[in-house]
Amino acid sequence: MKLDAKIPPGPLAEKWDNHLNSIKLVSPANKRKYRIIIVGSGLGGASAAASLAELGYDIDCFCYQDSPRRAHSIAAQGGINATKNYPNDNDSIWRLFYDTIKGGDYRAREANVYRLAQVSSNIIDQCVAQGVPFAREYGGQLANRSFGGAQVSRTFYARGQTGQQLLLGAYQALQRMIAAGKVTMHTRTEMLDLVLVDGRARGIVTRDMVTGDIQSYAADAVVLATGGYGNVFFLSTNAKGCNTTAIWRAHKRGAAFANPCFTQIHPTCIPVSNEYQSKLTLMSESLRNDGRIWVSKKPGDKRPPNDIPEDERDYYLERRYPAFGNLVPRDVASRNAKMVCDEGRGVGATGLGVYLDFRDAINRLGKKVIEERYGNLFEMYERITGENPYEVPMRIYPASHYTMGGLWVDYNLMSNIPGLYVIGEANFSDHGANRLGASALMQGLADGYFVLPNTIGDFLAEHRPDGLTADGNEFRTVENDVADNVKKLLSINGSRSVDSFHKELGKIVWDYCGMSRNKEGLQKALTLIPALREEFWNDVKVPGDNEEINQSLEKAGRVAEFMELAEIMCLDALGREESCGAHYREEYQTPEGEALRNDEEFSYVSVWEYSGEFSKPIFHKEHLQFEFVTPTQRSYK
Amino acid sequence: MNVTLKVWRQKGPNQSGGFAEYKAEGIIEDMSFLEMLDTVNESLIAKGETPIAFDNDCREGICGMCGLVINGIPHGPSKGTTTCELYMRHFKDGDTIVIEPWRSVAFPVMKDLIVDRSAFDRIIQAGGYISCKTGSAIDANTIPVPKPIADRSMDAATCIGCGACVAACPNGSAMLFTSAKIGHLNLLPQGKPERFNRAVHMIEAMEAEGFGGCTNHGECEAACPKSVSIDFIALVNREYMGAFCAADFE
Repeated sequence: MKLDAKIPPGPLAEKWDNHLNSIKLVSPANKRKYRIIIVGSGLGGASAAASLAELGYDIDCFCYQDSPRRAHSIAAQGGINATKNYPNDNDSIWRLFYDTIKGGDYRAREANVYRLAQVSSNIIDQCVAQGVPFAREYGGQLANRSFGGAQVSRTFYARGQTGQQLLLGAYQALQRMIAAGKVTMHTRTEMLDLVLVDGRARGIVTRDMVTGDIQSYAADAVVLATGGYGNVFFLSTNAKGCNTTAIWRAHKRGAAFANPCFTQIHPTCIPVSNEYQSKLTLMSESLRNDGRIWVSKKPGDKRPPNDIPEDERDYYLERRYPAFGNLVPRDVASRNAKMVCDEGRGVGATGLGVYLDFRDAINRLGKKVIEERYGNLFEMYERITGENPYEVPMRIYPASHYTMGGLWVDYNLMSNIPGLYVIGEANFSDHGANRLGASALMQGLADGYFVLPNTIGDFLAEHRPDGLTADGNEFRTVENDVADNVKKLLSINGSRSVDSFHKELGKIVWDYCGMSRNKEGLQKALTLIPALREEFWNDVKVPGDNEEINQSLEKAGRVAEFMELAEIMCLDALGREESCGAHYREEYQTPEGEALRNDEEFSYVSVWEYSGEFSKPIFHKEHLQFEFVTPTQRSYK
Repeated sequence: MNVTLKVWRQKGPNQSGGFAEYKAEGIIEDMSFLEMLDTVNESLIAKGETPIAFDNDCREGICGMCGLVINGIPHGPSKGTTTCELYMRHFKDGDTIVIEPWRSVAFPVMKDLIVDRSAFDRIIQAGGYISCKTGSAIDANTIPVPKPIADRSMDAATCIGCGACVAACPNGSAMLFTSAKIGHLNLLPQGKPERFNRAVHMIEAMEAEGFGGCTNHGECEAACPKSVSIDFIALVNREYMGAFCAADFE
């Protein structure tokens, strides 16, 4: 497999402009002759579909929900980063670039990350022009707040619903282009496979989730904007329907999968309360601006939090990281929460939780200010837990949230399959081994609004429309594969429900490939997962038929793919014998318990090539070159 | 706790439906309402019966995908709460809970508790956007937006498009949904150039989809999980009427 990242030459700050000036164009009159498939309608998919349609391309856009407005980008709470430097606190493109590269523990490409920082300002302009009601100061100017891993305030926000507002902006732009006849929207339609013709991505096969129809669509290029695979853990902050099917199927058709073990565990989620729990709810990282994280100094302290005197509390993040305090990056905050819980100092009935306390902020600023900043989050917390966070500290615990890994793409966001583009969380490109808060929204929109609409033209200019329809043998073969798979799932008629398998898989991955990993555990997971997968294919029970709305069937298909993905996650984690960012191998830590990177041996993207159902995937490396920054031990002290 | 459920079951859009009764046993109060339904579905699957189909996705109150009429109230008894964020601690042991889909001509039932809300997307297509091509934006701080206006716009923009307003309205009107979008955009300076066309075309689209008109019952606001105010309906009525005297209305 040839992996050419196609990083443009030249100084870092000039790469993107030089590249834009050198890539090919498709003339306005010719754009309408091309058809592009976009799978997913979140920030990446909706912004790409709208922008490409505005340029003149014909678009088919697919989502599994009943409306593109439901995509899970909508749940992002805290904000979006951009280098406007409106607060005059010495922010710059370089600083956002540097914070992101450092936050990712030097496992991302310099050129990609720099481009992300460069276009971040344009995103804010675009969103404001669309009517995104960002928070404002009294003078009418945009307001900012700070987020983890940064010492400047560069985060724009719309209450605790920033993702919702940005997505609605993109969704509205998309609806405008649907009304204009340039986008055909396919809702309640799930992509179940990718079709290659002569080695090039030329279409997809979908299942209509209402009628069960298996259908093919052909196009000149295919864009996957299908999000991350955090639901492999069963319990995560992802929506219930988020899945890996599209990218995993593309992987099985030849697309390389990069850094699958880089999965982000978000530090501030509402802890698990019972065995029936179906999902975990995030409490925005922005809460760490004013909330202080602590546990008792004594293990096993069962006193109510308000009865624990000040000098018996351990504000462990402030103690260990005085420079960043409660605003350390997510991986550091999560790992520290796990450490204090492992010491027996966790709080709540399960002992798996730490306090996030607003007492001091309320005393300092007044309840009204806190209510204005976080009111909807506090209400959400109270609805879920039945506790009032204005009076009792919140309890939080880390949960699966985001996946930095994904399909490998080059600088143009094209995978190793010609004509297959991957944007947003579905690709691996910008966040290295750990994503900073408020950067996912930035990346999804950067890819969809400003990167892909330019880079895809370069490919299309060289691949003129050829009138391919979805009738050829290549499409028939894949359709048959998909139909066979559906039939097989429905015919097993075993004894266990899909959810029971998903929960068991999630527990394996959480225990052995979660917040911390070790060789022995990963090896164990690599025996447990294939055994579970075999049991799944022999004993799963999927009631109902194909020709109807069948939510069990939908789930079964997704869990089947998670079972395979979980294995390369563990293989990847096992092979990376260092700790970096969210990938924390217990064997590789500094004396203070921080992640110990090994740049000599592991300064690369691990890239996996599918080699068949029963053989180990083939491992490749894309070496990372740092020409402009010098990787150092990350310090937030 | 143990509760009895009376659930609307309907195999498909063209079949007739009816209530079926289920026992939900061993329910704990920290379960969400949908997790309670999950356990019922697990037991149905174990018995070889078809599980209850209901829409849901984010399960954190923001995607707008879930929506059940619970004991006659869209999204159930807790004010300002979506079905997915309703917890069983609001029910008592021995309760009988009636669960229905959204009822409206414009939201046909597809299966069990799932309805077709695609009409909402078509209302947005009629003008629920600001026409601004990617790349054509000016610097974000060029147009100051007074904080009270931005806040009010956000109060409207918070709508999640779930459809509870329609389900609650005796007329099956989508005025709260439609007004929330018009209000969000028309309040902002960026939304002014298209304000009159937006108001008129979206309301026309709403009526064409078969939603009823607004007669000020206020049930929509009471059912709205995001507590969007009916003040926006008043605002939109002004926008609508103003359109016919405005020079920039087509």
